[in-house]
Amino acid sequence: MDIKAYIALSLTLFTIGIIGVLVRRNAIIIFMCVELMLNAVNLLLVAFSKMHAVSAAAKASVSYTADAQIFVFFIMVVAAAEVSVGLAIIVMLYRNTHSVDVNFLNRLKN
Amino acid sequence: MNNVLQIAWLIPVLPLIGFIINGAGRNVLSKNISGFIGSAVVLASFLLSIYVFIQVKNGNTHVAHYFNFINIDTLKIAFDFKLDQLSSLFLLIITGVGFLIHVYSTSYMHEEPAKDFAKYFAYLNLFVFSMLLLVLGANYVIMFIGWEGVGLCSYLLIGYWFRNNDYTNAAKKAFVMNRIGDLGFLLAVFWMIAKVGTIDFDQLFTIVSSPKSPLTTFDLTGITLLLFVGATGKSAQIPLYTWLPDAMAGPTPVSALIHAATMVTAGIYMIARSNILYTMAPLTQHIVAVTGLATAVLAATIALKQNDIKKVLAYSTVSQLGYMFLGLGVGAYTGAVFHVMTHAFFKALLFLGAGSVIHAMSGEQDMRNMGGLKKYMGTTHITFLLGCLAIAGMPPFSGFFSKDEILAAAYANNPVLWGVGVITAMLTAFYMFRLYAMTFHGKFRGTQEQEHHLHESPIAITIPLIILAILAVVGGWVGIPEVFMHGGHRLEAFLEPIFAQSNAIATKHELSHNTEYTLMAVSVVGALIALVFAWNKFSKYEKTEKESTGIAKLLENKWYVDELYSAVISKPLKSLSLFFNNIIEKKVIDGAVNGTGKAVNYGSRQLRWLQSGQVGAYVLLMVLGILILFIIQLFL
Amino acid sequence: MGTYITFPELLIWLPLLAGVLSFFTKREQAAKSMALIFSLIVLAVSVASLFYTDAKHITWNGANYYYKNNIGSTFFVALDGTGRLLTLLTAIAFPIIFIATYRNKYKNPASFYGLMMLTQAGLMGVFCSMDALLFYFFWELALIPVYFLCSTWGGEKRIQTTFKFFVYTFVGSLLMLTGIIYVYLHTPGRVFTEDGTQTLHSFAWSAFQNAQLTTGDQNWLFWLFFVAFAVKMPIFPLHTWQPDTYDQSPTGVTMVLSGIMVKMGLFGVIRWLIPVFPHAAAQYSHIIMVLSIIGIIYASCIAMVQDNIKKLVAYSSIAHIGLMCAALFSATQVGVQGVMLQMFNHGINIIGMWIVVDLLEQQTGVKKISKLSGVANKAPVLTILFVIIALANIALPLTNAFTGEFLMFSGLYQFNGWYAAAAGMGIILAAIYTLNMIQKVFYGNSNSLVDAVKEISLNEKLILGAIVCMVFFIGIYPQPLIDLTRGAVSDLLMKMK
Repeated sequence: MDIKAYIALSLTLFTIGIIGVLVRRNAIIIFMCVELMLNAVNLLLVAFSKMHAVSAAAKASVSYTADAQIFVFFIMVVAAAEVSVGLAIIVMLYRNTHSVDVNFLNRLKN
Repeated sequence: MNNVLQIAWLIPVLPLIGFIINGAGRNVLSKNISGFIGSAVVLASFLLSIYVFIQVKNGNTHVAHYFNFINIDTLKIAFDFKLDQLSSLFLLIITGVGFLIHVYSTSYMHEEPAKDFAKYFAYLNLFVFSMLLLVLGANYVIMFIGWEGVGLCSYLLIGYWFRNNDYTNAAKKAFVMNRIGDLGFLLAVFWMIAKVGTIDFDQLFTIVSSPKSPLTTFDLTGITLLLFVGATGKSAQIPLYTWLPDAMAGPTPVSALIHAATMVTAGIYMIARSNILYTMAPLTQHIVAVTGLATAVLAATIALKQNDIKKVLAYSTVSQLGYMFLGLGVGAYTGAVFHVMTHAFFKALLFLGAGSVIHAMSGEQDMRNMGGLKKYMGTTHITFLLGCLAIAGMPPFSGFFSKDEILAAAYANNPVLWGVGVITAMLTAFYMFRLYAMTFHGKFRGTQEQEHHLHESPIAITIPLIILAILAVVGGWVGIPEVFMHGGHRLEAFLEPIFAQSNAIATKHELSHNTEYTLMAVSVVGALIALVFAWNKFSKYEKTEKESTGIAKLLENKWYVDELYSAVISKPLKSLSLFFNNIIEKKVIDGAVNGTGKAVNYGSRQLRWLQSGQVGAYVLLMVLGILILFIIQLFL
Repeated sequence: MGTYITFPELLIWLPLLAGVLSFFTKREQAAKSMALIFSLIVLAVSVASLFYTDAKHITWNGANYYYKNNIGSTFFVALDGTGRLLTLLTAIAFPIIFIATYRNKYKNPASFYGLMMLTQAGLMGVFCSMDALLFYFFWELALIPVYFLCSTWGGEKRIQTTFKFFVYTFVGSLLMLTGIIYVYLHTPGRVFTEDGTQTLHSFAWSAFQNAQLTTGDQNWLFWLFFVAFAVKMPIFPLHTWQPDTYDQSPTGVTMVLSGIMVKMGLFGVIRWLIPVFPHAAAQYSHIIMVLSIIGIIYASCIAMVQDNIKKLVAYSSIAHIGLMCAALFSATQVGVQGVMLQMFNHGINIIGMWIVVDLLEQQTGVKKISKLSGVANKAPVLTILFVIIALANIALPLTNAFTGEFLMFSGLYQFNGWYAAAAGMGIILAAIYTLNMIQKVFYGNSNSLVDAVKEISLNEKLILGAIVCMVFFIGIYPQPLIDLTRGAVSDLLMKMK
């Protein structure tokens, strides 16, 4: 299968994620969009890893071909940790302010 | 070092001591004591000067070295006094006339409070000190010390009555105008230091007149012109003459001493001292002659219409100084020095006579309110008349001989100069006899009170008048021209060593005896006509209220020169300064400095909006940033 | 090196000690007396140092301490002709200032006198240090107390003024620091014989002169240093801090600023700028002279229309300093010798001017020339003394400034006649504004404000009398001062060649 299809899919997912982060105000959705972006990157990594493994150059050193896929696991682990912390923060925010609107949360200003 | 003339330092130091005593003790000394001290020190200097003069006359000239004023490897300026024919002659004039004026002042200033009286004598002594320093200095720097010193004293004495704003203005004007001249003098000195490396008279003149002189004609012309600028300031020539008439704000004896007899002749002394430089720069000589003559005519015309007795005398001084410069310009150095001497006698006499009149008139200076003083003031009248005859150039009074010598030299140089000179001489005779007739003849035009008060002045005033009158009559007899008496010009013989180098270079014009007789006759007859005309016109003067018009008005307002200077120099300078202060300083420079600060402030305030606190905005910026980086990476 | 203490060290440590001690004093009188006594001791030391200038006593005139593991900087202080002259000026100035302002009351006098003495220590250090880092340290040590003095004891606009002063001088200082570091990185290394320490580079004065700098480097480094010194002098157009600061500072501080601190700039040029960058100094001398001469005329013109008497004195000072800077770059023996003389003379004269101005302001409460009139009626002695000092300031012959200015103009003329003529306009303008001021303030009839003026008291008479004596002594016999600095001048000229 052509690598281009993977790249196109992952870019689409990534862009959706960015747009979601930029335009939505609901913290949960923004959060999901961030996850989407992370997973788009994951997809790309896996795809490249697969394609690289088939290439002639990679066959010379077999031991490195699975590096990218290992990275993906790292990312998933970090993302899971992030989700738990992030969701906890959002829950705390909701408890304090009864809102998950990020525009409302501009205490950083000034 | 063992020369008897080494004691010459006492001559200027004595008046300095007088200055210190009178200045320090002005609160304790009584009038008699401070007057006595002031006069006695000058008398002592005068006696010493006579001694010096006799020594010099016997051929004992000397440069007295005292200490090194400034001694750097490349420049040595010694505190030296030069005692030769020229300086000893000036010593006599300064201390002699100075002493008489001190004596006169003890009476004239007697109504001043004791404190101011002492201050006055302190200033007079300081002036004599500076003037002696000027004359004695053996190099241009010592001369310059005296040169500025007399300017300072003139400032102090003009502004003696410091509560009057007009007087202090006049004092300031005198000082500033002198300073303009001084700058020229200084630049000339620097020029000489840079080119020759010495400013000692003897060394400098020897180097300059040697064939290996480092000075080109351009240098010589430049140096002499700059020195002449200095002389125009001090000796009140065009364009820097306007301070002298204003200087009449000072007490009358001061006018006599400083603004007639001594200080204003400093310029002539300086040029006579540097005669070799001038002889080698013919262009400068022409300029000096023409400037001198132009000043002589201009001042004489102004004097025609002045009504203040002191102003007339002031302009006549300017005019006579112009004569002296004419003499210097045509190479008649002896003639110029001769005229300095005779002028010192008759002008001091005239000023002191005027002072006597003003004293009698209780301070009135306007001639229109005088008249008929002859019958009240016998001595003043006679001496004043003698002074007038001397300045008008009537033979055998002193003015005739000196003026004639200058005019003869001018004729030899260029008959046009002579012609203008004779016209000026006629003007001189006219305004002097206008002054004389308006003051002493006709009937009294002042108030009753003034008339009641009229009296002859006390003896301390009349004695100096009489002595000066005698000198004004006989003073010219030391310089009787060759045509009358072989070897009669004893002054020329005496000064011969000073001008020897110049005379060796300059081309000699010999006039035939017949020409000389004719010249004399023309100028004497011309002056006589003017004299009689003035006498007829003004001896029966009546006061009129008529406003003068046309040229008379122009003359009454002194050709509007003061107004011209104000419009061309003072006002633009002031506007420029205000422009600097208000625009450049406050707006441009401070503006730039404060502007930098404001720009930083403003920029920060604008940049602050980026820190909105909206997470979305930050993310957007981040994304945009990444995109830009991508674009740069991919396409550029 | 012996174990005894040397002159430069005494000159630095004594005021420093006094300054630190002063902060712990409780009573005003104690602080005052201590400052005065210490400054008099410093004066005595400084005068004593004048008698040991010969080669035999060379160990008394310099000290060089090194510290372990240093980066090539040592505590290296020494006195040469220039240093001796300026330390003498500093040593004379401080007691004069303390006596003249003896009756002035300050809130928190312990800090005031402490800071003043610290300033003196800094100034002494600047004039003695032969090590660039040390020089920079003392340079800042002299300036920082002044910021505090101005901002705490100054007039009503003191904060703005001090801020301006601070920004100007600090920008200059930082530029200089950059320059020092750059030059340092190009200096040859040095081995310390004492303990065998070896450094790659050195801050020593001699090392700076041997720095491996290309002509291009010299050219821009020159300006880094020059801006720092030019701000201090000040040279047009970096001068606008000065009139405001002089106007707003307490008078004692103004005297320090105008009498001594401006000499720091000139001294910096003499000690560091010209020896380290001789080629650039020669190359840019025209630009600097033209700037200085513009400054002379410009400042004199502004002085003519000033109504604030303090600002008038400030602008006249700018004009005088401009002349000194121009003459310094003329690189002629006469000119540089004149600068040396004039640095001293200007310090003396301007302190005298400030004393009188301060007296007038304290007694009448105004500093506007137009509001004063006829002071001579009330205080004739004050008038006489002031007129003498003012005339000395415009370089009348037989006063001290004449000898200095004469030599400077002469040097300037040898460099370029037109420059001398243009700068000479300053002489005329100086006469105009000085006489204007004298006429308006002292002459005329006294008005109601001036009625409050009293004749000066004994201590002021003494101080002004002493200043006038110095004015005349140097004016008539300047040779001792010339001899003091002659060696320094010829050294400097050798470097410029």
